[in-house]
Amino acid sequence: MVAVKRVVDYAVKIRVKPDKSGVETQNVKMSMNPFCEIALEEALKIKESGLAKEVVAVSMGPSNCVDTLRTGLAMGADRAIHVEASRDLVPLTVAKLLKKLVEIENPGLLILGKQAIDDDCNQTGQMIAGLLGWPQGTFASKVVLDKEKQVATVDREVDGGLETLCLDLPAVITTDLRLNQPRYATLPNIMKAKSKPIKKFTLEELNVEIKSDLEVVQVTEPPKRKAGVILSSVDELIDKLKNEAHVI
Amino acid sequence: MACRFIVQNLSKRHLLHSTFASRSVSTLILAEHEGGSIKAQSLSAVAAASSISEDNPVSLLLAGSGSSLQQAAEKAATCHHSISQVLVADSDKFAHPLAEPWAKLIQLVQLKGGYSHVIATSGSFGKNILPRAAALLDVSPVTDVVEINGPHQFIRPIYAGNALCTVRYTGANPCMLSVRSTSFPVPPISGDLKSGGASISEVDLSTLDEDSIGKSRFKKLSSEETDRPDLGSARVVVTGGRALKSAENFKMIEKLAEKLGAAVGATRAAVDAGFVPNELQVGQTGKIVAPELYMAFGVSGAIQHLAGMKDSKVIVAVNKDADAPIFQVADYGLVGDLFEVIPELLEKLPEKK
Repeated sequence: MVAVKRVVDYAVKIRVKPDKSGVETQNVKMSMNPFCEIALEEALKIKESGLAKEVVAVSMGPSNCVDTLRTGLAMGADRAIHVEASRDLVPLTVAKLLKKLVEIENPGLLILGKQAIDDDCNQTGQMIAGLLGWPQGTFASKVVLDKEKQVATVDREVDGGLETLCLDLPAVITTDLRLNQPRYATLPNIMKAKSKPIKKFTLEELNVEIKSDLEVVQVTEPPKRKAGVILSSVDELIDKLKNEAHVI
Repeated sequence: MACRFIVQNLSKRHLLHSTFASRSVSTLILAEHEGGSIKAQSLSAVAAASSISEDNPVSLLLAGSGSSLQQAAEKAATCHHSISQVLVADSDKFAHPLAEPWAKLIQLVQLKGGYSHVIATSGSFGKNILPRAAALLDVSPVTDVVEINGPHQFIRPIYAGNALCTVRYTGANPCMLSVRSTSFPVPPISGDLKSGGASISEVDLSTLDEDSIGKSRFKKLSSEETDRPDLGSARVVVTGGRALKSAENFKMIEKLAEKLGAAVGATRAAVDAGFVPNELQVGQTGKIVAPELYMAFGVSGAIQHLAGMKDSKVIVAVNKDADAPIFQVADYGLVGDLFEVIPELLEKLPEKK
């Protein structure tokens, strides 16, 4: 099972709304979160190598989530689940909703992107693993599954280098940038995706406590740096660094 | 009459108790140790705790096994004046900082200690463990905090640091945070404390919930041996991008870093191309750095890279392309060929003192 999120496209230069209530998302290009694409790609590779029967994509939010799910289906997911929610959900609520879906669907592996590039939280994967009592392999740059032994060997990108863990399945994996290169959806697959099923759930049906213990007070622009200067020689640079900036 | 008096008294006491409870701040810090010492990064979490409230007794939690753990605990007890207690969890389960046993440990210690705040530094340890523990404690954590505006109000970057979000935590204790070490610098340790330091006590692990522990096993950690200072805390960072063209060429960056006593950084493109290992990556999803001097060679300045270094005090950029976005954040820019500029710098820079 792969959880995917619809976010502002990574190349867009975002603007903070003048009323400081948030970031402008109207009329702005939206895409599947890059880390979620990598998660989906990994799931598809696992299925193509014969180690999984099915890939189910899940997304939570308003009706435009369906666009993201269709992209996932076009990439190759077999079916999708849309949990309808009209307001923003904190990661803990998303994790609790995912737990319900896991209980319904019984996947052998849950893969998520390590963070969403809008809120940059980097929490959901770890939380769902905790709620399920499953082992977690976060920031994965390589995943090797052993179906017989029912373990996943995961290389993780950590501060000190590359850490290798062995996890008993079922497990939660969150993907880092170098895990794979996501495929593009081909036109025939985009057409096929239109007839793949998307099951809808409402929040009431899943009967999960909606956590609301975080309140956004305001969203502001970061302080702007003073404009710099273009210098004309290395000598000038060394002089400035030494005598003006006093850093060398 | 008598009834009313009793009820009045009870409600007054209740009011006093709840005011006292809401004002009383106490913090649990999740710390890392290595080779018998506390990791410098962990002390940023202590610095953050001090900025939450003046009266904030701090308990430092360490886990591991054996003598290096005990050594680290002793050093921890005298390393910062805010630390009033060092808690030590000594067991083979903690030989490596795995999330599963650590989350259970945090749950155990929190339920026993009733802290109002739990803080970790936002490195791969804190990022991996804190949210799992938060889920077990059923609270929403606030991650990657860069500023604290009171016991329950925090500022954190969103959209790769292109916006700052001020959030208020309105839930039950504990309020759990991970903080960016570059935003909470620690003053240099000035030797042993007069007061004699904090008390050290062993955590009773007999009731540690075993479920989910053992399902993950550490195999190995591959890291590059280096004499360079730690990227996350270095005073000077020299970064190379894809324009270096090869791992062999990247040695020029290393030479320059050596001359400046600097750490070496890299862009995602350079890591993807295999010039350097992943732990040198600076950016939104790599390391966040804020050195005194950041020098970027052959770096275009993509949004995601800027997210990792735009809080540096002085930024220098060298790039052949005068339109490269990096020049918009650089204090000093040089439009030129890095293959000419770096050798010239190596020749002309003063030797480091």
